[in-house]
Amino acid sequence: MPKLNMVKALNTALFEEMARDPDVLVLGEDVGVDGGVFRVTDDLQRKFGSQRVIDSPLAEAGIIGTAVGMALYGLKPICEIQFSGFAFQCFHQIENHAARYRSRSQGRFHCQMVIRMPYGGGVRALEHHTESEEQFYAHIPGLKMVIPSGPRTARALLAAAIRDPDPVIFFEAKALYHAAKEDVPDESETLPLGRAQVAREGGDLTLIAYGAMLRVALEAADVLQTEDGASVEVLDLLTISPLDRATLVASVAKTGRAVVVHEAPRSFGPGAEIAASIMDGAFLSLEAPVRRVTAYDVAFAGFAREKATVPDVPRVVAAARETLAF
Amino acid sequence: MPRTLLEPRFQVEHLSILDSEGTLDTALEPKLAPDELRALWRAMLLGRRLDERMVRLQRQGRIGTFAPLKGQEASQIGSVAALRTTDWMVPSFRETAAMIWRGWPIERLLLFFAGYLEGGQPAPAQHDLPVTIPVATQLPHAVGLAYAAQYRGDDAVVMVYFGDGATSEGDFHEALNFAGVWQVPVVFVCQNNQWAISVPLKKQTHSRTLAQKAHAYGVPGLQVDGNDVLAVRVAAGEAVARARAGQGPTLLECITYRLGVHTTADDPTKYRSEEEVAAWERKDPLTRFRAYLEGRGLLEAGLEETLDAEIAEAVRRFEATPPADALAMFDHVYAEPPAHLVAQREELARRLAANPAAPPADSDAVPPDATPMRGQRLTRR
Ligand SMILES: Cc1ncc(C[n+]2csc(CCOP(=O)(O)OP(=O)(O)O)c2C)c(N)n1
Ligand SMILES: [Mg+2]
Repeated sequence: MPKLNMVKALNTALFEEMARDPDVLVLGEDVGVDGGVFRVTDDLQRKFGSQRVIDSPLAEAGIIGTAVGMALYGLKPICEIQFSGFAFQCFHQIENHAARYRSRSQGRFHCQMVIRMPYGGGVRALEHHTESEEQFYAHIPGLKMVIPSGPRTARALLAAAIRDPDPVIFFEAKALYHAAKEDVPDESETLPLGRAQVAREGGDLTLIAYGAMLRVALEAADVLQTEDGASVEVLDLLTISPLDRATLVASVAKTGRAVVVHEAPRSFGPGAEIAASIMDGAFLSLEAPVRRVTAYDVAFAGFAREKATVPDVPRVVAAARETLAF
Repeated sequence: MPRTLLEPRFQVEHLSILDSEGTLDTALEPKLAPDELRALWRAMLLGRRLDERMVRLQRQGRIGTFAPLKGQEASQIGSVAALRTTDWMVPSFRETAAMIWRGWPIERLLLFFAGYLEGGQPAPAQHDLPVTIPVATQLPHAVGLAYAAQYRGDDAVVMVYFGDGATSEGDFHEALNFAGVWQVPVVFVCQNNQWAISVPLKKQTHSRTLAQKAHAYGVPGLQVDGNDVLAVRVAAGEAVARARAGQGPTLLECITYRLGVHTTADDPTKYRSEEEVAAWERKDPLTRFRAYLEGRGLLEAGLEETLDAEIAEAVRRFEATPPADALAMFDHVYAEPPAHLVAQREELARRLAANPAAPPADSDAVPPDATPMRGQRLTRR
């Protein structure tokens, strides 16, 4: 089992899926010669050629629009949008078309495609390079919205996303790209989309997180264990939409208390849907209101002040304590 | 029915006055006053010196990622110099030199690149928009500004900057088309620096020139040697004059080259050759203009030192003025903050009060030697 960081794990999945299926191709800005600005597509062009790994002109709508056409023909494009902040330039192609062709054509056509984008903070970057926008995609019927939390889930979920017959928005936390290395099996593996994982078991409170916030939740759980003797369960959502309500409800039915953590701004964010789902499924088990620890409702705080808005361990611990004491 | 040829015939003019060998076309040489020539040189040199200083500041973790302009000084200064202060300037993200010409204080730009929102605030009377990062999205804004100026009966002209890669985005085409249909006073300045990160021009477009894209929209488009500040100044002056006279928009394609990295996070050795860079270094816009000024006896002695001192003073001011605390992030979200934002601001205020030592500070500043940055050459001139 080699130890890989998340960039390398994603790169491995791309190699494996392209080798496995000649219909899989990659397109995006700087994905070929440069190997992507984060090097996730490094060496793919050398191996598979410039017909399968395409340095596109600088046009997000062009990338997604042509990928929709390729998918309608039966290919399985993997598009890279350089930063999630630049996906608004192709939002119409995603919402109007990629998400709807199956239903518009009543099953005759569909778009098997993956749209990868780096998202989130932690890299001291300018506007449009640090935001978290998963809520926009999670809200769109017909799309799947996936966010891995480390190298192993990244590799397995990317493979699953590429093989999934529906369009998948695949967010990669920039803060995790070079963070920890993890053992990743030699053999290709997949994880089911739409399924959350219990990252840590506990009985007193459920922390719900995904992407770069999983680490924050796990560290907060450690603090709560050592300082408060609280046994905290941590759920790693992995897929934001379709949301794994069964796992969510089962956990909260057991613990009776829940705190959701995300990097996206609070209002109308994933936390709201998660809280509502818990209310729907576990209302009678709840001992306290579901709390959210999220970024504030500001478009961009400036990276110098990012730490004041992105959830950190002390904020999660404080919210968990209030929930435990409710 | 026969096949008939329609009237439009597309030809693209290329303007060059002072070439890289220092050869001057005296018939085309503009009659600029010595003071203006000296001002152009000063601004180009300041742009170059500041650029190199900022690369070092980034390497030391004192500012974040930024996009150097080295090699594009003539394109920026030759064009922006054609504007009046009452005209409008709409930058993308690489226009540091042009922004300074327009009166942005250096320390404010440094604040911007250090990740503080305050760095994006234009001065009250300034007719300048802040940096726009999403490629090409500022072009329609320029057309809207120009429409509004015309609507109000102001004689302001709008100049908007973007790169070669930007011409692939839909916003570029929509903006040109609107400008053509509306015949508004806007000058589109494309700095064709041959690369959009790792993508060379030939993979960006199958067109021979970028200037010709304007012709499809019924807008004049011409190409100019973007490393020749005299040619850029002449072409921009004509375009601005036409716009001001009510004769509509122009697209100016400045042929230039990004001598440095795309941004301080980029490694150009991955995608372009040393030879290519060296060939363009021989066409450096500063070299030929310096020789021209020298020939005319217009070079000021000691200007480098003066500019370096000016930059050092600005860096000192930037570092001496601690920005406001993190609560500033809530300041300009709405005209009137709604209740939920007031509550969030109060929550942050409580957190900051409980733990004054904690962030806002940008506590993650990278240590000086953290990011190896290949491909950025520092030159002294
Ligand atoms: C809409 C959008 N897509 C992608 C990016 C990422 N990006 C930043 S600059 C750049 C290349 C721009 O090339 P060009 O227009 O030639 O300008 P240059 O950087 O050469 O000045 C890219 C792809 C972005 N900022 N905005
Ligand atoms: Mg360019």
